Amino acid sequence: MSRPVLLLCQLMVAVVALALWQFLTTVPIFGRVLLPPFFFSNPVDVASQIVDWFVRGVIWKHLLITLLESVLAFTIGSVAGIVVGFWFARQPRVAAVFDPYIKMANALPRVVLAPIFALWLGLGIWSKVALGVTLVFFIVFFNVYQGVKEVSPTVLANGRMLGMSERQLTRHVYWPSALSWMFSSLHTSVGFAVVGAVVGEYLGSAAGLGYLIQQAEGIFDVAAVFAGMFVLSAFVILIDLLVTFVERRLLVWRPDGAAGHG
Amino acid sequence: MDTTKPTAVALDDATVAFRLADNRVYTAVEQASLSVEHGEFVAIVGPTGCGKSTLLNVAAGLLKPASGAIRIFDQPLTGLNKDAGYLFQADALFPWKTAIDNVAIGLEIKGAPRAQALERAQGWLTSVGLGAFAGRYPHMLSGGQRKRVGLAQVLIRDPKILLMDEPFGPLDAQTRQIMGNLLLELWNADRKAVLFVTHDLEEAIALADRVVIMSAGPGARIIGDWRVPLARPRDISEVRMEKEFHALHKEIWSVLKDEVMKGYAQSSQAPAEVA
Repeated sequence: MSRPVLLLCQLMVAVVALALWQFLTTVPIFGRVLLPPFFFSNPVDVASQIVDWFVRGVIWKHLLITLLESVLAFTIGSVAGIVVGFWFARQPRVAAVFDPYIKMANALPRVVLAPIFALWLGLGIWSKVALGVTLVFFIVFFNVYQGVKEVSPTVLANGRMLGMSERQLTRHVYWPSALSWMFSSLHTSVGFAVVGAVVGEYLGSAAGLGYLIQQAEGIFDVAAVFAGMFVLSAFVILIDLLVTFVERRLLVWRPDGAAGHG
Repeated sequence: MDTTKPTAVALDDATVAFRLADNRVYTAVEQASLSVEHGEFVAIVGPTGCGKSTLLNVAAGLLKPASGAIRIFDQPLTGLNKDAGYLFQADALFPWKTAIDNVAIGLEIKGAPRAQALERAQGWLTSVGLGAFAGRYPHMLSGGQRKRVGLAQVLIRDPKILLMDEPFGPLDAQTRQIMGNLLLELWNADRKAVLFVTHDLEEAIALADRVVIMSAGPGARIIGDWRVPLARPRDISEVRMEKEFHALHKEIWSVLKDEVMKGYAQSSQAPAEVA
């Protein structure tokens, strides 16, 4: 399929879906509207709600809060994941001792931590950041750990034969390998940072996209719920594009560009 | 041969054994004695899985022999062999570094300023014919080009001993010849002691001063040692046409053939191959 044709087809899917949605929620069939507007709203209302948010400027505050929470969650989770992953991979004894606890913590569905974080850190941004950190940490941790462990023995032996000390091996061999694994899971970890932020907001907050959706749901404003969802997906797609761009710059040396290990 | 200098590599009755997963002990190499003089090019030939690489790893200090002694320039080897440069069979370049960074790293880790290291690295890339490929990452280079970078990476440190483990093994026939000639050219300019492992007898005769034959493993031994009477400088493809080449090839092959058949029979039934 050529690119314009593909684009056209993709556009058609959206047009048909929206048209169907509009039709089923506004035009009665045999005297009955199949999708009651109270539960399903309609595309026109949703679109005007989005426009209204941007025109009045109320959305920016929420977007910024969610962005801030996501960035903080990603940064803190990544740094912690890199440090611990590196440490465990280079100290197998430490890793062996902590192994069952790491597995246990990772097995826990992170959503159940949200109330605890809300209690500890209040309803401000930090309880959301904490939730995001618990999600991001494990992805980065496992990838960095694997990256250090999976260094090719030949490359390692080559480093040794070239006269590298342990410190130089860390810097020139283990570190780049670990980072490359981390970068290749960038999409997943950034995505989870956003999930942590939004879910945290949804469960209790005073601002953010999750808050916006939760508020609208509380007053049965279905148009605003859908509007919030659309803004959220656009937000995630934008971030994902940015990640793709960063990834291309960082992993130029990789033959396949970016294969995910998320 | 310069006899006033001490022997570059001297293996004395070296035996190398591994413990297998099921706790059996596998003896890879048994009582191997081998010496490489200063400036001498020695090739080790043997059937697949006979422990040629094992012997090389002992000379590099990557493996400890179970018994026997190894001396480098008359000093017992402890730890890694710091006088040696090692060209691996598998890809050993740092994939996250460009060609020039891969070459420069050998100087940088010794504390050379980066600008100076890069300048010399560019010089080495040029002498292996890759002057225009400095900014490429390994995956953007062909197999032969990667071997050239590997050669430059090893040679820039100016090691006194060069250990090569079937370095041209994965390359196609034409590229192998080109690489062989390049190697001889560089070696002629600066005669280092070379220990070159290969399974290709023709390549061994064409390159080396001496050809050492190993028996099929397990417990591989050195079963023959021939001096190559061909004049230098040589051209790999032309030297193969000479009478002496054929005579020597025939002589060595008569010994090697049985071992190759043994090695083949073993590798087709024994599941554990340790090489």
